[in-house]
Amino acid sequence: MLQAVDATFGYGDTPVLHGVSLDVPPGALVGLIGPNGAGKTTLLRLLSGTRRPSHGQVLLDGSPLAARSRAAIAQRIAVVPQESQLAFDYTVLEVVLMGRYAHLGTFAVEGPADLAIARAALDATGVAALDGRMFSTLSGGEKQRVVIASALAQISDSSRSSPGREILILDEPTAALDLKYQLGVAALLHDLHANRGSTIVVSTHDLGFAARVCRTLVMIKDGRVLASGPVEQVLTAGRVRDLYDVDVDVVRHGNVPLVVPRDQGDTERRT
Amino acid sequence: MRSIRTRILTAVLTFGGGALLTILVAPLIGSTPISLRRAFDWSVPFADNPDAQIFFIARLPRTLAGALVGSTLASAGVVFQGLLRNPLATPFTLGVSAGAALGAMLAITFAPTLALAGIPAGPLASFAGSLIAVGVVYLLASARHRGLSTNTLLLAGVTMNAFFSALILFVQYFADFTDTFRILRWLMGDLDVSSYTPLVSTLPLVIVSFAAFVWLARPLNLLSLGPDAAESRGLDVVGAQRVAFVSASLATGAAVSVGGPVGFIGIIVPHLVRLMVGADHRVVLPASALFGAAFLVACDVVSRTVMAPLELPVGIITALIGGPFFLWLLVRRR
Repeated sequence: MLQAVDATFGYGDTPVLHGVSLDVPPGALVGLIGPNGAGKTTLLRLLSGTRRPSHGQVLLDGSPLAARSRAAIAQRIAVVPQESQLAFDYTVLEVVLMGRYAHLGTFAVEGPADLAIARAALDATGVAALDGRMFSTLSGGEKQRVVIASALAQISDSSRSSPGREILILDEPTAALDLKYQLGVAALLHDLHANRGSTIVVSTHDLGFAARVCRTLVMIKDGRVLASGPVEQVLTAGRVRDLYDVDVDVVRHGNVPLVVPRDQGDTERRT
Repeated sequence: MRSIRTRILTAVLTFGGGALLTILVAPLIGSTPISLRRAFDWSVPFADNPDAQIFFIARLPRTLAGALVGSTLASAGVVFQGLLRNPLATPFTLGVSAGAALGAMLAITFAPTLALAGIPAGPLASFAGSLIAVGVVYLLASARHRGLSTNTLLLAGVTMNAFFSALILFVQYFADFTDTFRILRWLMGDLDVSSYTPLVSTLPLVIVSFAAFVWLARPLNLLSLGPDAAESRGLDVVGAQRVAFVSASLATGAAVSVGGPVGFIGIIVPHLVRLMVGADHRVVLPASALFGAAFLVACDVVSRTVMAPLELPVGIITALIGGPFFLWLLVRRR
């Protein structure tokens, strides 16, 4: 269980989060939505332990993240950024094996067990065939899958004791992808959640993606939680208007609520 | 893909063998031909053995200086490139060489005969100058920022290079003709050491830096993902950046105090090595150290023989090879 309790944070003198509380139970698939600059990325940084709240705390299984070593946190929580640029030409397998850093001693090298974990992670994200390719030659969607594989390798427990132990945090994973790859990543996250039992927290600007993929949504505005709960209850016309200051309709498409903006251009054209 | 252990071992054996061979052959080549067998013939007293004298006194120190400077600059280049996440960075990007040049020049101009514990003022002052330069760059880059800002590092380094060059010109304006010539020769980069003393006195520093490089290999791999991604994988990014900056700067300062600012080694060698062994720093670092040694020793042989009996400073040779090579890299990177 990953929790933020009354977490407050700012960069220098600029406050970003004001007392945010959030529960991520094991096996949850939580979506974080909100306008630009609302504090989504910062909240993800607090949840992944790379920044510490100035007030309040972040708890993992009841104990504060701040009390754990960097390596101990990395063994449980992995982060997938929006885009990954490597400074040098590594192969796909090398990138995935970098996920094992926190599991190895200072001068240890990856052994057969780590290699098996890396290959399993490549399998799980459907890019096992790319293992020998140079990362820089991949398409955006393939890169994102490889980086997710690296994240899985990072939080894979060689004993695979209990599902939901592995926590995956993704920051706008589809922002740079075209529709096909967006759907691919959506299917992959659904898959990891359903088949592997991974706990997933994902921030996104794509409300369609959020509605399709996530079970729970958290709305963040001006560094505060505006609303949170099951997708159906949170994704309403009124709340989306409060969140983004735009008029929308929420229609149903199959089982999925679909947010349709009432285009201001429409009214202008009609008049 | 072969395991990382095998790749490291293969690289060390291959490049190590090449370096050893180059270091053994290089002293045999020169204006006076000598024989390796006669040089190592212990039955003849050293005083009566010209082959041994030329080998051990005239040529071996120079060859070893080439090996030391070459391997240090090449591996420091790898570390700076990893730290700055920029394959076009060199050991001199952050102002080390300009600081060292200013130090060396002040020593040449004002205290040419001074020595401390047997070490002449020139190398000492150049080392001190490089420390001052990187110290200023470090303070600038770590102020107002969590960890080291690589952008500020780069800009501060470039500015320090320009500022120290201006100081060098300023002092040079007042130096007499002989000193000006000696400063110019120093700036060309030259391995003409006449004893083992500079090697022995810089060796401890080089060993400490290399020990840090061994530790840095895996952190540098993670840093290529970017600081945030590296941190979320469990790396102490700020700590790794500090170790990288300090160790690579010390190593560069030490190398420059021996051979002057020999250019382009720190970028040619790492790139050729990456083309051969891939990007993993655990292979690239040892391979670059060994290949750098062989490369500079070979360049020095060329500089000693190409216009014999005239001996060119080796820095001219490396720059003549390195300039076009750098442009080729730039074009190749789209």
